[in-house]
Amino acid sequence: MRHILRRREWVADEWRYFGEALAHGDAVVVPLAELRSEPQRWAAWPGPLGVRLSAVDRLEDLAADVARLALIAVEFPSPGEGRGYSQGRLLRTRLGFTGELRAVGAGVRQDLLFLLARCGFDALDLAPGEDVAAAQRAFARYDVAYQPGSPALSVRRQRYFAS
Amino acid sequence: MYRYDELDQAFVDARVAEFRDQTRRHLAGELSEEQFRPLRLRNGVYIQRHAPMLRIAIPYGLLSTRQLRKLADIARRYDRGFGHFTTRQNLQLNWPKLADVPDILAELATVQMHAIQTSGNCVRNVTADHLAGIAPDEVDDPRPYCEIIRQWASLHPEFTYLPRKFKIAVTGAAADRAASEVHDVGLHLRRAAGGELGLRVLVGGGLGRAPMIGQVIREFLPLTDLLGYLEAILRVYNRQGRRDNIHKARIKILVKALGIERFRELVESEWQANRTHATRLPPQEIERVRAHFRPQPYEILADLDASAAREPQFKAWYRYNTRAHRMPGYRAVFVSLKAHGKVPGDMSSDQMEALATLADRVSFGLVRATHNQNLLLADVPQRELYAVWRELERLGLAMPNIGTLTDMIACPGLDFCSLANAGTLDVAKQIQERFDDLDYLHDLGEIELKMSGCMNACGHHHVGHIGVLGVDKHGEEWYQITLGGSATGFTALGEVIGPSVPKSEVAATLERILEVYRGVRLEEERFVDTVRRVGLKPFKERAYAPHPAAA
Repeated sequence: MRHILRRREWVADEWRYFGEALAHGDAVVVPLAELRSEPQRWAAWPGPLGVRLSAVDRLEDLAADVARLALIAVEFPSPGEGRGYSQGRLLRTRLGFTGELRAVGAGVRQDLLFLLARCGFDALDLAPGEDVAAAQRAFARYDVAYQPGSPALSVRRQRYFAS
Repeated sequence: MYRYDELDQAFVDARVAEFRDQTRRHLAGELSEEQFRPLRLRNGVYIQRHAPMLRIAIPYGLLSTRQLRKLADIARRYDRGFGHFTTRQNLQLNWPKLADVPDILAELATVQMHAIQTSGNCVRNVTADHLAGIAPDEVDDPRPYCEIIRQWASLHPEFTYLPRKFKIAVTGAAADRAASEVHDVGLHLRRAAGGELGLRVLVGGGLGRAPMIGQVIREFLPLTDLLGYLEAILRVYNRQGRRDNIHKARIKILVKALGIERFRELVESEWQANRTHATRLPPQEIERVRAHFRPQPYEILADLDASAAREPQFKAWYRYNTRAHRMPGYRAVFVSLKAHGKVPGDMSSDQMEALATLADRVSFGLVRATHNQNLLLADVPQRELYAVWRELERLGLAMPNIGTLTDMIACPGLDFCSLANAGTLDVAKQIQERFDDLDYLHDLGEIELKMSGCMNACGHHHVGHIGVLGVDKHGEEWYQITLGGSATGFTALGEVIGPSVPKSEVAATLERILEVYRGVRLEEERFVDTVRRVGLKPFKERAYAPHPAAA
């Protein structure tokens, strides 16, 4: 069974990803394209619903769905792909999403955890092979920051604040 | 200068510890090169032709003598006893060992220095006018705003993995000595009609393969909106900038594709939409940082005729290597890192230490790096100039060539860089040798020669009055020459004069071009002004003509 790092805890994942074996009523994360092509099926889904965004998905299109979604997964497919950080920030600050914001993909590694958490990600589906204990320790690498950031990783001292 | 507070120091110390752990994991095989690469780049470590290269940040070029001594010490203990000052006012070490880099960074942290974001696709070292704070033509000192941007950009959670590198320059003067129009973002301090200080914002300038001049996106931005507006620009860029092709990923390509009007609409609407979440820059924070850049405790002095009754060598140095200062009785002194026979921008540890001693005595213990790869003693009493000259002479740092042809910019080229197509350092030497006669050099007057070993344009060849670009032709090094570029005030991109020339012919070709100039120039007319007036044609005709002796 898949485990994820939710805040600082290594927990069994109760969510199923689209394409995995699915029972009626399961909590399921479906790609945005799937949500759009089968709107009725997913509107009627009896269990918790999440959506998975790729780096090129426009999240402005998601405004109407946010209230219905319990989880949004954002893809970080490679170490250099940085669009997801803006997506995370915007989901939290502009769309007011308060559910689980999960980073997924091969780019989700302990060395980016600070950035991800400061952008509002509170769950990480770590890349295969990542050392879980090291990732948990990585939450403590920085206890100061210059920029405003999500309470998903709070710091003891910060220079700049949001309006 | 800016002094770290507890937050700054805690941040840099945490960064050192993090990179130590990342380096250990990489060397232990736990982090592949692909995984380690973006991490090391954001700490200034490149893997070059021969060895790792470490690029140390010198924010907006300002160094205390304590920091300069530390750089000298590091270069001696971890490298080969010299460092290379770059066009971004940074210092590069060309031969450190990767395993030593965490220790070097720890040493830098003890003097409030680092190598954070000197490479990689993130916001790079913010550069400024090297005469900031002392220039007579300045509205306000740009360095506090550079420092604010430096802090805000450090490990920015949203903008550390941009499509491509991002360079910002700030100037507060009428003359643009920071090449701000060829930066991703250029900021010009200015006063509104009511006296309020703000910024003109340019976006989309840059050199490289597709050189472009920045365009004004906003004529006047209140200072307190600086960070919020930068966030809007960077967010639009981060989301919409191309990531499919490294050569089309700079913000200039996005600005060009959308057009400045459309790009402006996107930024302004993002800025408005983000109002309640934008990063605030409160006036008291601006004041806190500004307080670190107060004018020096100058003596009340009168201007002297410092060159009266001195030898001609001193007079030449005074004329070429010193500049006017806002305060009577003071001058700014260039420390030329362009001695003939030396690599432009290189400085030995011994020179650094001796210069630190001199700066402690005559220039308030501060030294500046310029984007022309020289150093500057900014605040020298005129009565000390003769002694300063003697000492710089002794150190090999008084070549009276600032602003002349041999005060050239050159990237490290094929000798060090793994991207280069052709050498630059031996061409620089060839040019230094051919133009070694100081009277001739001075007669040619103000000329900016800029040389790059590949089209990535680290040597800024597009904006040189004379640009030299190394190209690879079937495994041989050839050089393309451009004329008429400029990055100071009247920004223009140079035009190619014709086919590239073989390595052995570069200096001779330049000499033929400059002979045309000597023939047609008007009195006191600079080379670049002659090129603008008469066009390229006469230069083209002569550049490729066989040498009279050979004809």
